[in-house]
Amino acid sequence: MTASNRKPHDPGRRRLLTGALAAAASVIAPGILLVAPRPAAGRAPGEPVTDRVRWGLLIDTTRCEAGCDHCITACRTEHDWDNAPHSRPDQQAQWIRKLDVHNPETGYTFSLPMMCQHCENPPCADVCPTGASFRRADGIVLVDKHICIGCRYCMIACPYKARSFVHETIGGQKPYSPRGKGTVESCTLCVHRVDAGRLPACVEACTEKAGGAMVFGDLNDPGSEISRTVSRIATTQVRADLGLDPGVLYHGF
Amino acid sequence: MMRLTGGLLLVGLALGAVPVSAGDGVPLPTPARGKGTQCVEPTDTMRRYHMDYLLHQRDETVHRGIRGTKYALKDCVECHATPDPRPEVRALTLYGFCKECHDYAAVSIDCFGCHTPVSASSEGGSQ
Amino acid sequence: MSKRINLDHLGVQGPRFYVTLGWVGLLLLIGAACALVMEHEGHVVTGMNNQVIWGTPHVFAVFLIVAASGALNVASISSVFGKQMYKPLAPLSTVVSAALLVGGLAVLVLDLGRPDRLTVAMTHYNFKSIFAWNIYLYTGFLLIILAYLWMMMERRMQPHAHGAGVVALLWRLALTTGTGSIFGFVIARQAYDAAVMAPMFIVFSFAYGLAAFNLVVMGIYTWTDRDLGRFVTYRMRSMLRLFVGASAYFTALYHLTNLYATEHHAWERFVLMDGGPYTTLFWVGQVAIGYLAPLILLFHPGTRDSYAVIAASSLLVIAGGMSQMYVTIVGGQAFPLVLFPGMEVSSGFYDGVVAAYAPSAWEVGLGLLGVGVAIVIILLSAKTLRVVPDNLADRFLDPDYDKTQAELAEERELAQMG
Repeated sequence: MTASNRKPHDPGRRRLLTGALAAAASVIAPGILLVAPRPAAGRAPGEPVTDRVRWGLLIDTTRCEAGCDHCITACRTEHDWDNAPHSRPDQQAQWIRKLDVHNPETGYTFSLPMMCQHCENPPCADVCPTGASFRRADGIVLVDKHICIGCRYCMIACPYKARSFVHETIGGQKPYSPRGKGTVESCTLCVHRVDAGRLPACVEACTEKAGGAMVFGDLNDPGSEISRTVSRIATTQVRADLGLDPGVLYHGF
Repeated sequence: MMRLTGGLLLVGLALGAVPVSAGDGVPLPTPARGKGTQCVEPTDTMRRYHMDYLLHQRDETVHRGIRGTKYALKDCVECHATPDPRPEVRALTLYGFCKECHDYAAVSIDCFGCHTPVSASSEGGSQ
Repeated sequence: MSKRINLDHLGVQGPRFYVTLGWVGLLLLIGAACALVMEHEGHVVTGMNNQVIWGTPHVFAVFLIVAASGALNVASISSVFGKQMYKPLAPLSTVVSAALLVGGLAVLVLDLGRPDRLTVAMTHYNFKSIFAWNIYLYTGFLLIILAYLWMMMERRMQPHAHGAGVVALLWRLALTTGTGSIFGFVIARQAYDAAVMAPMFIVFSFAYGLAAFNLVVMGIYTWTDRDLGRFVTYRMRSMLRLFVGASAYFTALYHLTNLYATEHHAWERFVLMDGGPYTTLFWVGQVAIGYLAPLILLFHPGTRDSYAVIAASSLLVIAGGMSQMYVTIVGGQAFPLVLFPGMEVSSGFYDGVVAAYAPSAWEVGLGLLGVGVAIVIILLSAKTLRVVPDNLADRFLDPDYDKTQAELAEERELAQMG
């Protein structure tokens, strides 16, 4: 949480700041950012998603402060996933969490949000017996809770521990985010917002209230901010060795 | 499963359609309609097929991302929400509208374990 | 004294049978109550959580399903490999197999978050999922062994029993491969990422299933005071030794291969050295109770010939098997996921730490429900079907019986003369 923890990698940070992100830097004008990186206009009513789009997320860990949890708060507020009063802490849902990573060899420390990585080849969808876990054509990995039987094999298969099981009857769901006892759930990349042409809640919060470490957009569109940025700076995927090709890319480690 | 319940409901409604004089068996359901005056389909069609519309739309929306069409559960809630009959719930919900018919037809619906039955227009009111 | 081996009913009448059935029924009732509570309250009443996702019900369920496959050993050997001495026991072996499978499946299904959606599981299939395959493997297995049982018991169909036996054998190998693969194909977890899981589960199934079958046979024969000859009992003992030894071999193979791969060192360290309860369960439960004790008891000249020792060894194999399932299933999940190899990871949500899990009474009850279901099916089947050989006397089964007896008589005679 110290300053040195926060910016251990100044050159990278400077390079980023000179890039496209600089225009959107929340430090100067948070207001501008609200207008700038619109993912796309929402689709017309009745129009299905296509694979021409692949939604992705770029997270710059050099701008992600340890201890900052605006993304988590925003996600929780948006989807109301901590409303299980009888569940123990380890039974609570956790759609997004902050990881603090420390390299014992070099001493390098960084912090990052971890959530569903929206894999191109999601193991959760591979193992799901009913097809309730699936990857939407535009790359968003979702659970169809109508046909989820609650076997939890997807949670066993997910390398990122990104999924949660609802352990008790809950109420007070948000109209756009239905969820209930006995089914598995995870980050939806705020599909209800994305479909309406808005940013995911975590990205919005990070941009407005925190370091502006998250960029959301269409990885298939070479002109999008995320595509232009990832073509310029080094990015990596968590457990890239597994070959799952997550749609969430990280920079800074 | 919804298809099954749908079929049951159809039977229930067919039975209900037979004219029954007062005092004969279980009284016909008289659900509160909320502010809905004209639904997205004629009332008779909705009575018989609403579950099919919802089932179809649910798959279209969840898997293909099709939104903004006329059959949406959210819109059901918005139009048909009425003051909840349960005294402990102070909100506009779909509870009264759905429950009466489904009780009459002995159909238990599985929608509101996950979807909220509370209308957004009853802001502040909670379950 | 009978002149040959006939298939008979269980042979326990009246109150003696129904009192036993009542006790098992009580177990069923308790189990069903636990299942209802879990269904009604949700998994909040269990020790399972979002870290340890599968718990005690899965330990019971997977054990029962794996043992179901192994319980068919005796039938397979008799029909497929033509060993005549096992033929009288083949129908009972099929019954035990079906019973264990149904018991295991009952637990698995009742543990689902939405057991009410079983119809969904039967109408929506994702064929890339090993789980979906297993739904076919399990139900198919049940149908096949019931057909097999019928062919063995219906005189007109007996010529087809061999064919059905072959199909059942191949199918159950596929079934155990499928069950083992549930764990073997999970790349995400250090404990499960090993193809050896599938053949290892096949060998485990041989041992666990045979142990369960042994107990059923010895139990029924003691209960009904029938002649259980040494010949068949010692054959079963030899098989059990072989399968327990092979299980120990595969366990060693699994861990040694892992030790060779640096990537898996942390997991091995966890299981073998500092995993607390999981390390204890591995060394004491799986290895000492499950492998060493039965092997010593079944090989040592001073103990190996006692029926009580053979029965006790079977119990030990089952206890070891349950320990193995617990270490594999729960331990494999308690060990933290490796998100950043070589790094230290921490979070507000149990990253980088061993996850805690303590089974609740409800989930143990649900597991016991599966055991109860299996026992009730065995009891009722044996009561209503002729699946129990009326005797397994040596003189009918041992091809060298006359010779041995003659030699013994000669020895006695010589001794008297001397």
